[in-house]
Amino acid sequence: MHDKVDVLIIGSGASGAAVAWSLAETRMRILCLEQGDWVKSTDYPSNGRDWEARLFSDFATSPNRRARPTDYPINDDNSPIKIVNFNGVGGSTIMYTAHYPRLHPSDFKVRTLDGVADDWPIDYETLEPFFAENDRMMGVSGLAGDPAYPPKEPPMPPLPLGKSGARFGKAMNQLGWHWWVSDSTIATVDYDGRGRCINLGHCTPGCAQGAKASTDITYWPHALRAGIELRTLCRVREITVDEQGMATGVVYYDGEGKEHFQGAEVVIIACNGVGTPRLMLNSVSGKFPNGIANSSGLVGKNLMLHPYAQTYGYVDEPLDGNHGPPLCLWSQEFYETDPSRDFVRGYTFQFGRGVPSILEAIVSTNAGRLPWGDDHHRVYRRLLNHRISMSAICEDLPEEHNRVTLDPTLKDSNGIPAPKIDYTISENSLKMMEHSIARAKEVLTAAGATIFGGEVPILNGGWHLLGTARMGTDPERSVVNEWGRCHDVKNLFIVDGSIWVTSGGVNPTSTIQALALYIADSIKQRLANANLFD
Amino acid sequence: MRNHDLTADEARDLRALAGYMIPSSATYGVPGADDDLIFGDICKSLERDIDDVRRALADLRRYSDGSFADLTPERRKDVATDFREKGGTPLASLVRIVLLCYYRDDRVMHALGQEPRAPFPKGHMVEQGDLSLLDPVRARKPLWRRVK
Repeated sequence: MHDKVDVLIIGSGASGAAVAWSLAETRMRILCLEQGDWVKSTDYPSNGRDWEARLFSDFATSPNRRARPTDYPINDDNSPIKIVNFNGVGGSTIMYTAHYPRLHPSDFKVRTLDGVADDWPIDYETLEPFFAENDRMMGVSGLAGDPAYPPKEPPMPPLPLGKSGARFGKAMNQLGWHWWVSDSTIATVDYDGRGRCINLGHCTPGCAQGAKASTDITYWPHALRAGIELRTLCRVREITVDEQGMATGVVYYDGEGKEHFQGAEVVIIACNGVGTPRLMLNSVSGKFPNGIANSSGLVGKNLMLHPYAQTYGYVDEPLDGNHGPPLCLWSQEFYETDPSRDFVRGYTFQFGRGVPSILEAIVSTNAGRLPWGDDHHRVYRRLLNHRISMSAICEDLPEEHNRVTLDPTLKDSNGIPAPKIDYTISENSLKMMEHSIARAKEVLTAAGATIFGGEVPILNGGWHLLGTARMGTDPERSVVNEWGRCHDVKNLFIVDGSIWVTSGGVNPTSTIQALALYIADSIKQRLANANLFD
Repeated sequence: MRNHDLTADEARDLRALAGYMIPSSATYGVPGADDDLIFGDICKSLERDIDDVRRALADLRRYSDGSFADLTPERRKDVATDFREKGGTPLASLVRIVLLCYYRDDRVMHALGQEPRAPFPKGHMVEQGDLSLLDPVRARKPLWRRVK
């Protein structure tokens, strides 16, 4: 039996850490339960000679492949894009590329502007102070002056262009298209206890230098010092409710499989766009027979994944390979709707610096470019460190048939039903991807590339898990209200990517965290006014 | 040499296939993937892919009408070409392990002009670049749509 807490946060990743830190100043008793464990920087692959190989084992992006005891399985057989994540303190910020664009003002008003999907009940201006606060807490590098965005001031100077970036920049200038150095959560100077980037180049599966911001080294040290309790290896099975339909706490399993009940006055879910609907659908009671806070029937529906279209080419001179953070530039030339195109909305291009040696060999072998036999060595030397790539992050519009449900047979190591993904890529997204491939080939050609390849969609590209408990003012058309509280349960909040109404066409972490800070601020204001549960 | 669940026949075929995929080269000064050290690494690295690898080797044996290792060089080429086309996921797993082990061998990395070391703590040098390249972009009107 544990003492009841004031606030219980489920999940310690991008949003859970941000909301915990923000609420710490209330001096309430706040507990976060995390199913994973702390990951030490000395455990990251870039410490060892087997750094590339570990992308296929204990640091694989797919939880099904990685299969750590702290992971849960996901049935994504019925999806052309496989789900990727990480479970540990810091969540998937442990394993992301740290590419950090914000949503744009237009992303919040797609119905008004383009007649599709729905407007968000909030706007960019509302989030702007929280974007800035989050940039400071995560430590963002970048360059002010990007004409694709309202003015913003990244607190650190930008990542290096390198040979690949300069080549891309010249090509984009030749075409007259927008490009800019990316906002990134990779520290370019020593920052808040983190060392500056030394170009390890293997950023995605954790940064041994600590230059990449994951919330275990950004928000959490501050939150812990402020008195938040973080309990690891605790996997929540369900959220419990009383007869009035208020959340009373959670049932969870500790690392040894022992069942616990943890009571709470307020419960905040921060488990990402797959984990959150899974937990809600597993939280069945007499009051909520179809899952907690699911009177709309929308929990798990409208899953958006951002189909990625990757196009790459090979140039004559050797470039940076995998040295340096993999992403350093973006283009938003094709971001906003253009009526002359055969699709609505748009995409961001992110430019890839290069790939390491083993990955080049595997991808080129699979593509049939790299022969077996005597010619293998000659061709490989033509490919290695000569690759430049572009990936279009395509806006994925909400469709109810794209969804997360509970698998009827698959369960995790605690016997909790696992999530099942049903997802198809829409016609609009397919046209968008085709458009991006054609534009990417123009850019790559201008950059001097002669051999082309691609992956469309990127198979293991389900990084961005959005929309499965959407935000709105109408309880029949949304799960949470405009400040993150569930319509059906007045002391239950959701702060992760589940609450997104539309996806935009950018990596979502910056906006997920700004939203979490905004919701925390809304909670604090209502606590002060004694109307949190009204 | 431990074979990690492979039979002697499976190990022999795997070694022959690895050597066919990536042969040694005097021109480039590199060993083949059937080199003692590299093949030892392959056998130690099968781990979670062992089932796929065994399936692939069973398929290879079928395509070879017996042992792949016992085929003539001409016949190996025909079988390998066919197998590469039809091997599917099990073959992809096998190939991945061969490549993982080959391209982390010190001799191979040296021959490629790469330092055989972990990225941390030394890191790498990357040119900072000339941000004046952005001047034409900086001069553009805002691209983002204003919303009211």
